[in-house]
Amino acid sequence: MTRPVRTYPDEPSGPFPVPPASFEDREGRGIDLCAAGPEDVDDIVEMYVAFDPADRAQGIPPTGESAVREWLDTVLAEGPDVVARYDGGVVGHATLVAAPDTPERLAGDDAEPDGEAAELAIFVLQGYQGAGIGRRLLETTLGRGAAAGFERVWLTVERWNHAAVGLYESIGFERSGTDRFELEMAIRVRTDGEPPPVADATADQTDSTG
Amino acid sequence: MKLLLGLAGTEESERALDEVIERAAAVGDDLTVAVVDREGVAESDREATRDRAVEHCEAAGLAADVRLLEGHPGSALVELAEREGFDRLIIGGGTESPMGKIELGPVTEFVLLNAQVTVTLVR
Repeated sequence: MTRPVRTYPDEPSGPFPVPPASFEDREGRGIDLCAAGPEDVDDIVEMYVAFDPADRAQGIPPTGESAVREWLDTVLAEGPDVVARYDGGVVGHATLVAAPDTPERLAGDDAEPDGEAAELAIFVLQGYQGAGIGRRLLETTLGRGAAAGFERVWLTVERWNHAAVGLYESIGFERSGTDRFELEMAIRVRTDGEPPPVADATADQTDSTG
Repeated sequence: MKLLLGLAGTEESERALDEVIERAAAVGDDLTVAVVDREGVAESDREATRDRAVEHCEAAGLAADVRLLEGHPGSALVELAEREGFDRLIIGGGTESPMGKIELGPVTEFVLLNAQVTVTLVR
């Protein structure tokens, strides 16, 4: 079956910050946001092996170290990726994977798009969620992606995951009109403009998202 | 057991076909394969899918009933399963996004929500 047309917001969001950046999370922890690649695979594997399967989304991250490595090999080779590090370890990971929109999945002005499209996934380790890390990880991933030419980004999220949906909406994602079991959301990202700095999370309005 | 397999001619449903044939041949299940009327798929392609299903069944020594099913794929499968008293309805269980996330299509969603018989999704 062909899926319905995916629509992106008319107005771009951003510009978003880029890694490297450091900030203090709501728990007072010093978090570093770093661009990541295949050389970081062991640290990222360690995070996913410790990941609570209850927070998996549509089959990722896979369970078991060998399946995690196989998945990361693909994801990290594609890039761009950003990790959140605390005390030497990886506590959050976000990634963009190129996902070209087919013409029939683009509407109106996007029939002949300028930039590239990518699918986004983000995971924050339990124990580090709800501290403002996810928001900053997401923003710097979009910033790094914009620098790499990714102007349109989409993701899927379980429709009952209100905390995540709220976070995505606050950053500029909108429902893309292709809902199924999972909710699909899309954002248009500014690829020009000066990336802003990353602010500490201590002054954030409390939200329950990572 | 009386099994109905919905076949869409996609990679995921072909995978389901081979798995189901293997198991049905091993345990002696009574298998019916229904090639659905997928949007945008030419009649000649559906017939090719049907012929391929027949070949696969014959190769496994399975005397399956293979037919073309008209109408909206989800509702036609659900209706057939109930009308002919199948014990189980089997369909392909999702494709993967570029990221590797499992995505379920509209036929799968319809079948899961509407079928009165047990549904098996083959990954």
